[in-house]
Amino acid sequence: MATLEITNISKHFGAIQAVSDVSLSLEAGQVLGLMGDNGAGKSTLVKMIAGNYRPSQGTIRLNGSEIVLHRPIEARQHGIEIVHQDLALCNNLSAAANVFLGRELRRGFGPLRVLDYKAMYRRAGEIFRELRSETRPRDLVRQMSGGQRQAVAIARTMISEAKIVLMDEPTAAISVRQVAEVLHLIRGLRDRGIAVVLISHRMPDVFDVADRVVVMRRGRKVADKPISQTSPEEVTGLITGAIERG
Amino acid sequence: MATALDQTMAQKRRTLGAAVLANQTFWVLLAVVLACIFLSFATDSFATSKNLYNITRNATFVAIIALGMTLVIITGGIDLSVGSVLCLCSMVLAVVMHSGYSIEVGIAASVATALLIGAFNGLLIAYVGFPPFVVTLGMLSIARSLAMVASNNTVVFQFGPDHDKLLALGGGAWLFGIANPVIYMIALTLLTGFVLRWTRLGRYIYAIGGNEQAATATGIPVRPIKVGVYMISALSAGVAGIVQTGWLGAVTTNIGAGMELQVIAATVIGGANLAGGTGTALGALVGAALIEVIRNSLGLLGINAFWQGTFIGGATILAVLFDRIRNFRQSE
Repeated sequence: MATLEITNISKHFGAIQAVSDVSLSLEAGQVLGLMGDNGAGKSTLVKMIAGNYRPSQGTIRLNGSEIVLHRPIEARQHGIEIVHQDLALCNNLSAAANVFLGRELRRGFGPLRVLDYKAMYRRAGEIFRELRSETRPRDLVRQMSGGQRQAVAIARTMISEAKIVLMDEPTAAISVRQVAEVLHLIRGLRDRGIAVVLISHRMPDVFDVADRVVVMRRGRKVADKPISQTSPEEVTGLITGAIERG
Repeated sequence: MATALDQTMAQKRRTLGAAVLANQTFWVLLAVVLACIFLSFATDSFATSKNLYNITRNATFVAIIALGMTLVIITGGIDLSVGSVLCLCSMVLAVVMHSGYSIEVGIAASVATALLIGAFNGLLIAYVGFPPFVVTLGMLSIARSLAMVASNNTVVFQFGPDHDKLLALGGGAWLFGIANPVIYMIALTLLTGFVLRWTRLGRYIYAIGGNEQAATATGIPVRPIKVGVYMISALSAGVAGIVQTGWLGAVTTNIGAGMELQVIAATVIGGANLAGGTGTALGALVGAALIEVIRNSLGLLGINAFWQGTFIGGATILAVLFDRIRNFRQSE
């Protein structure tokens, strides 16, 4: 059974048809590269999965049962986590504080519950080690490299039992060395059996880490094939419209 | 691989000493201590118990409000209305008690006034999206005007049947001869420090100042918390007003005039950043202490009182300068 199954989903904003009649499915431990030009509907599609937008038509199924999401927090409760393009981190807080933001661990009971710094540092450290990232839980995010910041944002998805992680352009604004670091993190998620949707403009990243690629153009899905059966040239043609359908 | 990682982690972890040296509050505290040592040798009158009693008590009113201001500033806001709110709350207390009600009723009315004003400020800022500067600037004017209306711009110095209780509350020294306001200040500092460091609310206040969008995205109730900090700020001004009324034994409509600037200076000297995201309760206390020591020492050293503003302003700028230099080093 597919972890995520989207059937005939559409979204329009007034007269604008952002996504039309898209279906796709995603297995556990699979990395899906979602590609397309600006305005192709990638972000809208992902925002529907993340609970930011409600689909105009169509259904989303998680492990076989249909879910209806009204707010991002509900998606999160279902194990769907999103890593935003701008990462949404607080620079003035430590890595651990960011990882647990909004879901702090506390000790004590009743009204006397206080933040459990020790447990949060330890757990965050474990997650960073699992991600094989050289990020230290006590460091302020302000002092971190782009790759480390990405690790913090990804670690945030791992404190809960995430089933699906949606990543919006995680490699857009960072250096070459840090890109390698982020792709490494994505493989780490995959190895834990998490399904990953990777929105990216960067062809090499998708071909490096994804198992499958889905190409969107003008709100429609124009291709959905295993990485091994396609090439960067073909995908480029699909994105621009030089090739009609894959 | 794992062990190598752990080793680098251990090596790079900042030592306690380095953390202390990088802390603005520590340097300001050092400045206060050095100034006190210098003054005890340079003057005969500084290290007398009477003068120390005066300094600690004078610093408290600014310090108590600076605690509330610290919370507001950490969220990236500002509250210019605190001086006027102090005046209005003192006046409400005075007028209510003067007309024959008990001290409990007077304090309740005063606290309610403070919370109402804080809620008004906070709602406009958090839900209507007004800039904090504008809303609280308006309230600076409104609150002082309301204090004049409430008292008909007279001086109130008779507080009805509970007159003596009020004076004892503010002017007494119930514990080991320490002035009561100082005890309130210490208790409130501990409380604020505890909330900031150990509770989720404190963590969220820092998060809002660090990145408000991120805080909202993670499901933190940003707007209610923002309303809350403005209410706490107004409440701290109200509490300072109540205590100050008891200490002075009289209320005029010009008390607390210009106090907001001293409070903000104390907060900034103590390490809070007006851009939001940083600040501590201890910092607010130490900042208020430094300002009071400067004021007191100028008097004792026989320097013309007109120079006070120059020294306090200079200390404020110097504190921020240190902060800039440190950030410079970090980014390099």
